[in-house]
This record gives sequence, C-alpha cells and structure tokens, in this order.
Amino acid sequence: MPKLGADMTVGTVVAWTRQPGEFVRRGDIVAQVDTDKGVIDIEVFATGVLEQILVLPGQTVPVGTPLATIRETGAPEERVPGAWAGPPPAEAGVAPQAPQAPPPPLPPPASAFGAGAVARAGHQPAASMAQPEPPGGMPVSAQGPPAAPARLRISPSARELARALGVDPAAVQGTGRGGAITREDIQRAAAQRAGALGRPRAEEAAAAGQPSAGAPATQQPAPGPSQAGPAQVAPPQLPPPQVAPPQAGPPQAGAPPTAAESPLAAAPMARGVQLPAEERAARMRQSIAAAMSRSKREIPHYYLGTTIDLHRAVTWLAAENERRTVTQRLLYGALLIKATALALRDFPELNGFYMDGRYKPNEAIHVGVAVSLRLGGLIAPALHHTDRLDLSTLMERLRGLVQRVRGGSLRGSELADPTITVTSLGEQGVELVLPVIYPPQVAIVGFGKVVERAWAVEGQVVVRPTITATLAADHRVSDGHRGALFLAAIDRLLQQPESL
Amino acid sequence: MPTTMTYREAVRAALAEALRSDERVLLMGEDVGRYGGAFACSRGLLEEFGPERVRDTPLSEATFVGAGIGAALGGMRPIVEIMTCNFALLALDQIVNHAAIMRHMSGGQFSVPLVIRMASGGGRRVAAQHSNSFEGWFARLPGVTVLAPATVQDARTMLRGALREPDPVLIFEHILLYPVQGEVDEQADTDIRRAAVRRPGRDVSLITYGGSLPKTLAAAEQLAAEGIEAEVIDLRCLRPLDTELFLDSVRRTHRAVVVDEAWYTGSLAAEISALIMERAFYDLDAPVARVCSAEVPLPYAGHLEDAALPQAAAIERTVKEMMAGHG
Amino acid sequence: MKHDDLRQTVLRVLGEIAPEADLERLQPNVAFRQQLDLDSMDFLNFVIALHEATQVEIPERDYWRLASLDGCVEYLAQRLSARQQ
Repeated sequence: MPKLGADMTVGTVVAWTRQPGEFVRRGDIVAQVDTDKGVIDIEVFATGVLEQILVLPGQTVPVGTPLATIRETGAPEERVPGAWAGPPPAEAGVAPQAPQAPPPPLPPPASAFGAGAVARAGHQPAASMAQPEPPGGMPVSAQGPPAAPARLRISPSARELARALGVDPAAVQGTGRGGAITREDIQRAAAQRAGALGRPRAEEAAAAGQPSAGAPATQQPAPGPSQAGPAQVAPPQLPPPQVAPPQAGPPQAGAPPTAAESPLAAAPMARGVQLPAEERAARMRQSIAAAMSRSKREIPHYYLGTTIDLHRAVTWLAAENERRTVTQRLLYGALLIKATALALRDFPELNGFYMDGRYKPNEAIHVGVAVSLRLGGLIAPALHHTDRLDLSTLMERLRGLVQRVRGGSLRGSELADPTITVTSLGEQGVELVLPVIYPPQVAIVGFGKVVERAWAVEGQVVVRPTITATLAADHRVSDGHRGALFLAAIDRLLQQPESL
Repeated sequence: MPTTMTYREAVRAALAEALRSDERVLLMGEDVGRYGGAFACSRGLLEEFGPERVRDTPLSEATFVGAGIGAALGGMRPIVEIMTCNFALLALDQIVNHAAIMRHMSGGQFSVPLVIRMASGGGRRVAAQHSNSFEGWFARLPGVTVLAPATVQDARTMLRGALREPDPVLIFEHILLYPVQGEVDEQADTDIRRAAVRRPGRDVSLITYGGSLPKTLAAAEQLAAEGIEAEVIDLRCLRPLDTELFLDSVRRTHRAVVVDEAWYTGSLAAEISALIMERAFYDLDAPVARVCSAEVPLPYAGHLEDAALPQAAAIERTVKEMMAGHG
Repeated sequence: MKHDDLRQTVLRVLGEIAPEADLERLQPNVAFRQQLDLDSMDFLNFVIALHEATQVEIPERDYWRLASLDGCVEYLAQRLSARQQ
C-alpha cells in the first residue's frame, strides 16, 4: 500500500484492474485504492508477472502492506502459501524474496533493567503503522501470531452490536487493527444492507447477468476510464453489500485464465468496493481539516502580495492561441504555473518540506495545483518537474490532471507530495487570495482574477490586465525579503512570456 | 469569586487555612519551617503559626511519620510532609504496618487521622532516586485514602476533605505541577472520592491522574484537531477508585487508554485495565491500551528522561493506532 | 446538424464535463458559469469536446458566444452552415 500523501496511514483496495498471471510493465495501472483524497490509480513499480494478489477489494490495510507479488522476468516461481485461501499468516504479507522475520524476543529475566526495557518495546507500538518498515523487518508482535482461520477477529462490543442489528459478522470486512471487526464496520454493514435493499445497483445487476430493472432509467454510465466511477462527482453509489469471500475468488494464480472464463472470473474483483459519497466527502473534509489545522497551528505564515501587469503575457497568449488548434490552446494559468516553477529555481527555501523540526529543500520542483471539486473538497496533485516542462506539455498535463481529479481517476504518483502549491481562486471573482500552506510544504502561491486596471506606464495612464500574486510562506524557513524577491522574479518572468 | 494562583500557592493556602481553622492541626517535616518547605509550600507559615505548630524535624522519615501517627492517635490532626515519595520508602513500615492498619489491629479502637503529603513524579532532571511515581504502590493498601490533586483547584480544596477523614490520607503532588497556574474557587468543597471528567468526548476515554493530566489534555486537543474526540478523566482519588465514572465513560466511547507515569508492571494502569476488562468487556471495541513509563530507572539526561516518561505525542499516537481504520 | 441535435450534443458534452449538474434545470439563455461551477479549464475542455463532436474550429475570440446553451447552438449551427456553403 503506497503512501499517497504525508498524512495517509491506511488505504482501501477498491479494485484490481489486472489479474494474477498477467504480464505487467513498470508504470502500468494495476489497482485502484481509496484514500481520503479519493480513488487513486496505483501504478506498478516493477516489470514481471503479477503473481498473487494479497489484499482483496474492500480490505483496508496500513501503508506499507504488500498488495500483491510480482515475479520479475527470469525469477523462479514462488508462491506465498495460502494467499487466496484465507487470511494470510503474519509473514504472508512479505514478498517471497524478503528475509525471514526475526524470532520473537525471549522473555526477559525479571530483575534486569535493560532486558525489561526491550520486552516493553511492545508498549510503544510507535511507528509500525505510520512509518512502514521493510516488510521483513516488521516486528512479529505488531501482527500477532497467525490466527486460527475459524476464529473471527472481532471486538466484544462489535459482536454484541452485530447480534443486536442482525448482521452476520463473518461477512464483514474488519478495518480495525490487524483487520479486527469494529463497531463501525458492523454499523456500516447494517447501513449498506439497508441501502442495498432499497436501491439495487445497475452495474451489480448487470454483472450478475440480470436485467437492471431496479435501476433508475436515467442512470448514465459514469464518464471516464475508471470502472469504479468518479468518487466526488458521481451521484452517491452504494457499495455492494459484501465482498466475495476469498475462497470464491478467481482461479488460482499461476494458471492464467483463458479468454473465455476471464471476464467472469474477474467480475468480483473488478466490481469495486466504495464508500458512499457522503462518507467520502466527510472524510475528505476531515482530511483537509486536519492538514489545515496543523498548518495554522504549526506554521508561522507570512504573507506578501504584488500586482503584476499581464499585458505582455495576455497579448502573447492571444497571438499564440490564434495559431494553435483548440486542443493545443494554452490557458494563462499555465503561464503562471510555469513562471512560478522557473522562479523557484533560485529560491530553494520555498521548495521543499519541513519535517521533524527541520527544513529539507527538494531538488526537483513539483508544483502542486490546487483543484477544487465541484461538490466541495480539494485535491492538489503535482505536475512533476514543472520547471522542465515546455508550455504545451505543461498545459496538456494540467488539463489531464484537472480532468482526472474531477473524474476520480488520479494516479498515485501524481499525489506523491508536491514541493509547493499554486492556487488560483480568481476566475469566479476574487482579486486576492491569502492561502494556507499545505504541510509539510513551506510555501503556497495564490493568484487572483485578471482585472483591468488603470496602470501607469512611462508617465501615461493606460488600461492593463493585471493580476495579484500572493505568497504565503513558512517563516521558520524563509523571510519576507526573500519572499519578496521571489514574487518579483515571477513578475519578471511573466513580462517575457515567449521565454517561458 | 474565582482567583488565579499557582498550584504551589494553592497548597500553601490550603495548609494555612487548615492551621487557621482547627487548632489540632500541625505541620511537620524536613525543612517545612525555617526554609519554607523544599517546594516552598509552607513559606511564611512558621512566622504566622509558630514553631509549636510548624515543626522542622530531623532527617528521619521513619521518626517523623511515626511521631505523626502518635500525634494522630493522641487526638491531633497532623499534616506530615515527606519531601518526595522517594523518601517515603524510609517510612514504609510506619505507613504500611502502623498507620494503615491500626484500626484493624486494634479491633476498631484506634484511628489514625493522619495526612501525609509528598511530591511525586519525574521530569525535573533529578535522576532515578528522585523521580519515582510510587502512588500506585500506596494505592494498593487497604486502610488508606490516596489522593492525586491534578489541578490548582484540587490542590486548594482537597486537603479540606482529607482532614475530615478518620483514617490516613496520602496526598501525592506531582513536582511539575507546582508552578502551574489556574483558577480557584476558594469556597468550592469538592468530594475527594469522586473522579472528574476534565474534557468530554465520544470516541475514546483517556483515564489519567496527577502530573499526566496536562499531557493527556494536550494530546486530546491535538486529537480533536484531527476529528477524534477524546474524553479525559482525572481519577483524583487513587484509592478508593471512582470505578463507576470511568466505566460509564468506556461504555459510551467503547475505547480506553490509561495514562500513568508509573511503570507498566503492576501499575494502577494495570488495575484500571483489569477493572475495565472485568466489568465493561462487552462494551469494548478495542483492547485497552496503556501509556506508562518505560521499565527503566528514570534517566538523568533530559532527552532520555523525556523518552522514558509518558508524553502527549505518545498518548496521541496510541489513540490514533487504536482508532486506525475509523473515520 | 439540426438545432435539436446540436442541443443534445452540447448537453452531452456538458454532462461529461460536469457530471453532477442537473441539466434538466439548465436555463438555455443564461450563461453556464452562472448556473454550473465551471472554471476556465472546464470551459476549455468543453470547447475541445464540442470541437471533437462537431469538427468546428472554434477560435478563442469566439469563446464568448459559447457562454450559454442557446449561444452554443446558434454559434455551432451558423459555423456548420457556413462550412456547407
């Protein structure tokens, strides 16, 4: 489970888009994962045969948990025992090549201070969730001994609640520590059952080969490539009442499914398991609240603003767009982002991360672009190596990014921590943005709307399109003087649009 | 009319009030008179009440605790200050084998209305011999009442209740609390046996006392910023425990973390955890967790001492791990 | 293409750009931006999709004519008939 943002600790597999036995290339999208930021496409980092899937759709696992194994070309075939057949033993999450986990520590002699401290390490479970270690080094105590398959891992209170609500706990996926079923899981299952009875889902009915009579006639297939559907923009989708139990999954890996049986076999996996839209919105709200509260609590912001004459940029852009076809046209936003990225090259104190009490500048410049979702919420994915993209490429990426954010098919690598953020709230009418830094970043640049103003040029008052650029930066890392120079650099770059 | 004062001033005001309102009350201990107390809790009292009632004693805890027991048996209401709980070990026989069980051994004929105050806890860089939290040991003793005032208000008013008890009362004042400021209602008469909800919450019950209360409240604040509402319970009285109050809380939140500066093994935290398991098992949605001190002699070096003691960050982390997978 | 077909095309494209919008309640003579939460990127994607659906070249200086549903239909119809002549 990749870490798709500084604050992510767990993720839920929504669907596998590739099946065991298939050949995958580095960069291929193999799965979709649900996070606070929406459904993210997961790219694979190695080339080889997707051997086994270890985490089924609907399961929530901590960051760092292996999701699947890939046999690299030429490597001997190895299997993780029982990966499909039931809950994997503690080490089953480990890729085949990983070293054996260390044996459990011996009981300490009662009187020795030092040994006592070691034994007590279990009392500070510390970072095992937040900072995943290499799987082989995972302390045994964190996972617990392999559970006997028959025994359900459920909290006493959840068991009582399941009985009261008439929910079968065996059909519920646990999201608590170690996959334990919690009260919340039972409540969710009860709510889903209630919802599912009222509104059967067209897709599901179709997948089961039944006519979708129960579905509203107006229901449209969701746009975009994502089978799971756009999380933030789609009408509320009800998840299927339960995930197919592991035993009923696709045929054993290793033997690639034949063309004839493949679609059917894939059905339970590709169908996807998603939270209701309201809950998803609430989670995103919570995630934004946490980040912004942390920002306002920890970061001493300073704010600077300057008004920039956009006459040259706008004139150049109009001429440029005149000779471009509609699909290649540029928005002035692309110029602003590019100018910001280029200016950043000389201001390493604005491009990086403040973590664990100190600042680490980042060599590469990955500008995060704040994209709002129409039904509320916000995601700021990165344009990688922004300063090195020519305007056409930058524009193309930007367009794709916005489309994917709003269509719910963002890629994991795009969320991986931008080094600074640019936000523009101007289009619908505000002139000035005083943005809040997204930790652990240390700066954010805001742009207002383009306003025509009376502007003095060489002693004459003329009308010019202008924009107000603001900078909020972390005073622990940089000072106002440098911030001012940075905004001035953006201004200078925008006066030479042809060189952007 | 609430007034603002430090915990230290609250203790001093409580002592002065006790000496003023009951002539049977006397204060004794090392340096409580001329020096004004190792933590300046009795400064000025010698001048006001004289050497008969504010008595400097020899450096022998067994002697002056024993003298306190004798005075209590003789009809006085002595308040004995043991500088820190670390030195209380020298008076253990007097406390455990005499004060605590005199009523029992005499078939109810004698009672020992003795109050013993002592500082407790770590965090002041004074090394292992001066940094222990032994209140949990004393809270095991049938026959005594053990109090841990964690707020300035409690420092001001709990002594009043302690002096009304017919049997020994031990008061543990965490050394880091003395400079803490807070509001005090001088007239409030709080029931010393009742625990208090210091912060209401719905997601998890954080059960603590004494010097760990401010850390726990700080952790709860941090958690609130991330949408986790923790209920913070101040035990106030460590023996007898106000069991129903924290059980009620756990029955509402379904999760409990016990924060106790003593070591894990055989701690008050262990006792509370066992009580929850015995009496609220079917209400639990996660195993009870504890945040206690590392099982080491407390280090002298500041960074090591901080690492060994429960801190707000560890409390926050423990709660988050317990809540993993929720909202 | 007839006006009705054009209208359907514009609505379909709009539905892809803003899937959450209730297009049945869209007022045809009022600007999209006053009714739907569209930014310049959405609008660009809208123009591109119109171009792909109708093969009409839409220069930037004509964007203002695409502000409302009626405007779009009228503009596209005009451009298409000009092309046929």
